[in-house]
Parts: sequence; C-alpha cells; structure tokens
Amino acid sequence: MQCDVLIVGAGGSGLVAAINAHESGAKVIVLTKEYPTRSQTCMAQGGINAALGNAGEDSVESHIANTLKSAHGLADESSVEFLCSNAPKALEWLDSIGVPFSRTDDAKIAQRKLGGASSSRACYAQDYTGLKILHTLYDRCLALGIEILSERYLLECITNTTDSNLDVSGVSVLNKRSGEVEIYSAKSVILATGGYSRVYNTHSTNSVSTTGDGIATAYRAGASVSDMEFVQFHPTAMKNSAILISESARGAGGYLLNSKGERFTNELAPRDEVARAIDDEILKGEDVFLDIRHLGEEFIDEELPQERKLARLYENVDPVYELIPIKPVAHYTMGGIEVDKNSQTSIKGLFAVGECSNHKVHGANRLGGNSLLELVVFGKQAGENAASYSKNKSQHISVDSSTCSLVDDAMSNDTLINFYEKQKELGELFYLYVGVKRDKSTLEEVKGKLLDIKKDVAKMGVEDKSKIYNTNLIEFLEFKNILEISELILLGAINRDESRGAHYRVDDMQEDDSRFKAHTVINSGVLKYED
Amino acid sequence: MTVGLKLTPLSIVGYSNMKIKIKREEFTEYEVDLENVTLLEVLNEIKTTQDPTLSFSSGCRSSVCGSCSVRVNEREVLACSYHPKDGDVIEPLRNSPILRDLVVDMDKAYDFNAKAKAWQSSLSKDVALTPEDEKMNEIQSDCILCSACYSACPVYAVNEEFLGPFSLTRVWRYVSDKREIDSKDKIDVIQTNGVWDCTLCNECTVVCPQDISSKADIEKLRARSSMAGYMDPSFANFGGGFGSFDGSPSF
Ligand SMILES: Cc1cc2nc3c(=O)[nH]c(=O)nc-3n(C[C@H](O)[C@H](O)[C@H](O)COP(=O)(O)OP(=O)(O)OC[C@H]3O[C@@H](n4cnc5c(N)ncnc54)[C@H](O)[C@@H]3O)c2cc1C
Ligand code: SF4
Ligand code: SF4
Ligand code: FES
Repeated sequence: MQCDVLIVGAGGSGLVAAINAHESGAKVIVLTKEYPTRSQTCMAQGGINAALGNAGEDSVESHIANTLKSAHGLADESSVEFLCSNAPKALEWLDSIGVPFSRTDDAKIAQRKLGGASSSRACYAQDYTGLKILHTLYDRCLALGIEILSERYLLECITNTTDSNLDVSGVSVLNKRSGEVEIYSAKSVILATGGYSRVYNTHSTNSVSTTGDGIATAYRAGASVSDMEFVQFHPTAMKNSAILISESARGAGGYLLNSKGERFTNELAPRDEVARAIDDEILKGEDVFLDIRHLGEEFIDEELPQERKLARLYENVDPVYELIPIKPVAHYTMGGIEVDKNSQTSIKGLFAVGECSNHKVHGANRLGGNSLLELVVFGKQAGENAASYSKNKSQHISVDSSTCSLVDDAMSNDTLINFYEKQKELGELFYLYVGVKRDKSTLEEVKGKLLDIKKDVAKMGVEDKSKIYNTNLIEFLEFKNILEISELILLGAINRDESRGAHYRVDDMQEDDSRFKAHTVINSGVLKYED
Repeated sequence: MTVGLKLTPLSIVGYSNMKIKIKREEFTEYEVDLENVTLLEVLNEIKTTQDPTLSFSSGCRSSVCGSCSVRVNEREVLACSYHPKDGDVIEPLRNSPILRDLVVDMDKAYDFNAKAKAWQSSLSKDVALTPEDEKMNEIQSDCILCSACYSACPVYAVNEEFLGPFSLTRVWRYVSDKREIDSKDKIDVIQTNGVWDCTLCNECTVVCPQDISSKADIEKLRARSSMAGYMDPSFANFGGGFGSFDGSPSF
C-alpha cells in the first residue's frame, strides 16, 4: 500500500493531523492498533486550555506564564508561545466541527479551573471532554472520507540512507486479524502513538495500550528521544484501581484530607508538588482522601457525572456522601521523540505529534489541560508539514521484505519465563523507585534488575502459536518496547543529578540550572544535554 | 532505601473459587480465586497466569473506551464494569463476525456511522449555543461506541443492512445540533434501512452502559422525518392516506 502521508495512531493528535494533511491535498492513511475511538484520548476528563476569558478575565500572556512556571525552566519559550497563542483558534475550530462543549449562560464555551492556572481556562464537556473531542474528530474524518485501518500494530519504521541522511520510507505493521506482516510505503510518516505511562503497569491511570510503542520504534530506527525521565504523577487516582479522578474536582473546590481529616497542602498547586505532599503523608502512614462532598449532589451530577460513576463503580464509594481514597500514580509522560519546530524528528520525513513527541511545551511538569491542546495545535502543524514534505518528495522509495524479525523472534523464543510476571515486577520497581521521588543509588539498582530481565528476554516468548488475533504476541512486543523505554527513563534519571518538576531526587533536592537547565537528548545510547 | 520487593505471587491458591465459562471454539471453564474484581480483571488474571491464548479486548479499564463489551448470561455488559459471579457464562457480542474468542470485528458496525452520514455536514461559524441547546444532545454524545446496542438489537436477524441503534443515535446527535445547517440531507439518508425498520423493542436502551436510549432517539428522528414529509412505509403500503402520521408519539 502506498500513500503520501501515513499516520500511525488515531487518538486526538493522529486524527487532527490526518484531517489537516488531507485538507492540504495529501493522500492519507491512518493506522491504529485499536480502533480510533478506543484511543486513550477518550479518557481525558478535565478539559482543554485556551485563554478565552469566558469565565473571568484571562489572557494568552497568563497562559504562557503559567505554563512556563510549571515547566521549571525546561520548556521552549517560543513553542509555549505558539501553543498558547494558537489555543483560541484551536477551540474555535473544535467548536466549528461540532464538539459539544458545555456552555455558559451567555452561550459561550464553559471554562473551569485546573491546577497551576491563574484563571478558569479549561474548556470542557462535562467530564467527558476527551471522549467528545475524539468522537467528533472521528466523525469529521469519516465526513472527509479519510482511510483508517484499525487493528494494525506498528512493528518498525523503514528507513533509507540518502546522502548520509536518514530518511523514512514507510512502516511495517502486524495485521492483528490475519497475523500477516504488512508493508506501507509513504513519502512521509507521522507517529501519533501516545505516551509510556504503562511502564508503571497497573500503577498508572492510562489505557493498557499506552506502552510507548512509537517512541521505542522511532528510537530503534535511529531517531533521538528527549526528557524521558520526566513522568508526571497525578495526585488523585483512586486507591484500588488507579483510575483517575479529574483535577477539575479539586479545581471546583475539592479538598485533600489525611486520615485525621486534616488538609495538608494547597490542592491547586502544580501536580508535582501535590503528588509529593501526598507521598509524604502516605510515608507517614496516613491514608489520603479526596473530599468533594461539600460541592453538593446537583453540582457533581451536572459537572462531574463521570467522576461519581467511577468512584461508585471502582472504589465503592459515593463521593456525594463519602471520601474517595486516593494515591498518586503515573499519568502523563513529558518525554518523547525529539522534534524540531516543524514537528519533524531527527529522521527526515518522520514526524511525531501528541504525547509520543516532545514539543517542549510541558518541560519538567505538564499543566492539566495543555495536553489536549497540544494535540490540536501541533496536530495541525504536523499534518500540514508532513503533507508539504510529501509533495516535495518526487517518488516512493520501494520497500520490500514482508517478514519481520521482531515477530519471528517472539514466536520462536523459549517460554521458560512468564513475561507478564516480569512486566508486573518492573512496574512495581518503577512505581516504588522511579516514581514521585527518586534516589541515585536505588535508580542504579533498578537498572541492574532491568538489565537482568533484558538478559532473560530470549527465555520469554509467546506461548500462543495462533496467527489469528494473537494478543499474547502483541503484549509481548509491547513488553519489549517497555523494556527499551525503561532503560531510557533510567538513563535520564540517573544522570540528572538535580530535582526539577516531576524529576525529584531525594539525594539532590535543588534545581541546578548551571548544569541541567537543558534537555536530555538520547540517540543510540548516547546522552547529551541540549538547550 | 534499598530495592526490594514483596510481590504477591501471580498464581492463585485458595478455595473460595469462582468458576466461569467462556465461549471459545467451545465453552471452556476457568477457575479463579478473586473477589470484588471486575470481569476484565478476571480475564486478565486468566490470560497472564493460566492461559495466554485467551483473546479479548480492553483499553481504558474505566468504562469509557468501549473496547471490552461482551455478553454475560446473554446480556451485553462492559467487562471492565461488570462484577462476575460463580457460574457466569461469557460470550462475544452478536451480529459481528467473531475474530477469536471474545473479540469481534467491528468494521462493519462502525461503517454504519458513515452510511448514516453521522457528522456535521459543514463547518459552522459563529453559532452561539446556550446550555439548553447543548442539553439537546448531551446524553447522545456520551456514546462510547461499545456496540452493546448493536449486539442486542433483534432487527439484524432479518435485515443486515439496518443502520442500527448507535448510528441513528449519532444522527440525532448531529441533527439536533444548532450548528447543523443541512439536517434534511441526514433525514433523507435514514429512510431506508433506518428509522422505520426499528421495532421500538427497547433492547438497545436496556443494555446501554451510558444510559442512552437509541429507541427514543429513533422516535425523535421519526417525528423529524414526518415533518420533512416522509411517512412510515408500512402505512404507505396500506395506501394509508394519513399524511405524515407515523404512529409514534409526537413531540
Ligand atoms: C485518565 C486521563 C485523563 C486525562 N485528562 C486530560 C485532560 O483533562 N486534559 C488534557 O489536556 N489531557 C488529559 N490527559 C492526557 C491526554 O488525554 C493525553 O495526553 C492525550 O490524549 C494523548 O493523545 P495522543 O493522540 O497523543 O495519543 P492517544 O490518544 O494515546 O492515542 C494513541 C494512538 O496510537 C495508537 N498506537 C499506539 N501504539 C501503536 C502501535 N504500536 N501500532 C499502531 N498504533 C498504535 C493507539 O491505538 C491510539 O490510536 C488525560 C489522560 C488520561 C489517561
Ligand atoms: S448507544 Fe450505548 S450501547 Fe450503543 S454503542 Fe453507544 S454507548 Fe454503547
Ligand atoms: S428499539 Fe429499535 S434499534 Fe433498539 S434494539 Fe429495538 S429494534 Fe433495535
Ligand atoms: S476497557 Fe474501556 S470500556 Fe472497558
């Protein structure tokens, strides 16, 4: 199969990129390992930021200032400016394609407050913001007749070397239904495959498919990745299930309480601070709760219906009358594939967007509501740029070979060790030692354990020998990606001898601008700090 | 701090076991010792500790991505929100080809959204929506495309081309939106294999995890169709002469 722009991933960023590449005249194909509407974007609850000033005064300047403050010196100012100043237009566009946002009495898009924001800036659709945006984008793609192929798992990016430049020419995927490896040749490729919080296994709010596949794949193909050690822990996931209770619950006035019923922190500080404050309480032996009872049933049912449903279903408490037990878990990954001002990676023709990319707008700590925004603003940029890149590229480079050593190896490995157990073990280690707080010596120990697991990979494989819909195989390939990503996180975390935003080192608690006000960039195992 | 872990072993020992049957090539019985968990957690437990060949789909674990619909004791549920009990029988959804075990191929079902033109026909500009306007389709836009309704709908037994509950709900979601300026086009599309083929049996409403009633949406679309001059073809066949009366409640 051939096309101009091939997009891997059909979450918010992939679909926005697809619409824009299509509207720029390119022939587009979108591939996803799930179905588009099952992408993790559907889980976003709180909202999407834009300084519209519909609920009190606001300005693009404040949006920029709040974003930079939260980023702890690690965001790129011009990228943040681009993001925030394009936000009102992005919201206007979402409104124009039919996203059913909640409205104010004077018929404007409703906005509410999230942590770290100086105003009520997050536009929302009850607490189903991501769901409603994603589904409307999907409907738009159907309206435009964009080709979307579901249940294709990205295996490798195919590259060529021309004039000592690495150039992308397509991808190989595993068709989950047939079990066949398929090759798609494309003039440009956009990766929109989401983040890597599932490295933390069940200690994450994320969808089970958020395994960093695109990042690991791009890295294997020779692309640079950056800031991988920056993983955001969300303060309020439910204690048993790690399912998220949106920050909008605190934005609306919810309290954090310990077992004694005392408040112990400013609930609306940036997430890294709140998560550490909760961690301190938990280390003291306290249980921690979110209290939204005083907001009242009417408000909760109107503004936070999903939160009530989730608390009842997964924690067996009704937040209208009871406290919700919570804990911080891995939620968002700031690091990702390194991209330039045009969303292009260090491989020519390979673009990246959304959570899998690092557009340097979140720095050391993302502000709630800025991620959905990033999908729309940079999705447009990536789509348009990939389309124009493909126009300037005269022809397809022929790509062949329809076997893939990844699949063959996985199927022929011994199965002496159950990889699911190792995956769980690694998730526990990361949660405990590469989490809210870190220490150099234990990071080194975790690295040792990780290398042990990696050494044994040949003894772990796929017991299911079926070609048809082999999820055992897919999960093993995802596990291998997790191993690669884990190593990159550790490399970044061990070398960054300071504390900054979400990367908090108990053995080095200060920000050290002289050495580390710089991005961690890793290419083929070599780490550099770049401005 | 040193790195150490007390991992609870993945394999399960104990006695208060729960047995469930899962429809694969044939019904297979599995036994797990878990309490207070969702069906999805049970399926994961089986896959990661007993039988890695068991196939099912999941994503969000929180009832919002629509990946994990299955039938339990002949009722559609989301595996991630259903709490299983001893003796439960788990089957894949109906009306879609089974790919393997509990996984069905959703392509044909989802294609109905395009056939029904379930989208806003053009970009809107400067249309102000009030909270009341937004309420018109707030519930309908909660749809997670889990396809439970599609599986439960009896019409497919006689008409495979029926646009079906979630697609028609989606049509209502756009038709009822002030930003849609050409709702006539959408009403035209749903006359064949559409609103009049529904038997108003309400099965779709009963199984929807998001409290959507496609039946009610279909009734509203029938009323709109009548307003646009269409009538129930079964009346037309009788040579009815009732004008636009379609037998559904008026709004
Ligand atoms: C519970 C929760 C609540 C959140 N709330 C908010 C919020 O209120 N506001 C906000 O701004 N942000 C929020 N976020 C963050 C935000 O939702 C995500 O960062 C964002 O949706 C990521 O979108 P994406 O397009 O980059 O990727 P995703 O939506 O994760 O989509 C990734 C896509 O890539 C595909 N894919 C992945 N790997 C492969 C592969 N190997 N082969 C083929 N396809 C592949 C997937 O199938 C999927 O289609 C929240 C996140 C979570 C988990
Ligand atoms: S209408 Fe309800 S049952 Fe049908 S797909 Fe949507 S959420 Fe599922
Ligand atoms: S009410 Fe109509 S759409 Fe719903 S299940 Fe019955 S026949 Fe199908
Ligand atoms: S896993 Fe997403 S709805 Fe069940």
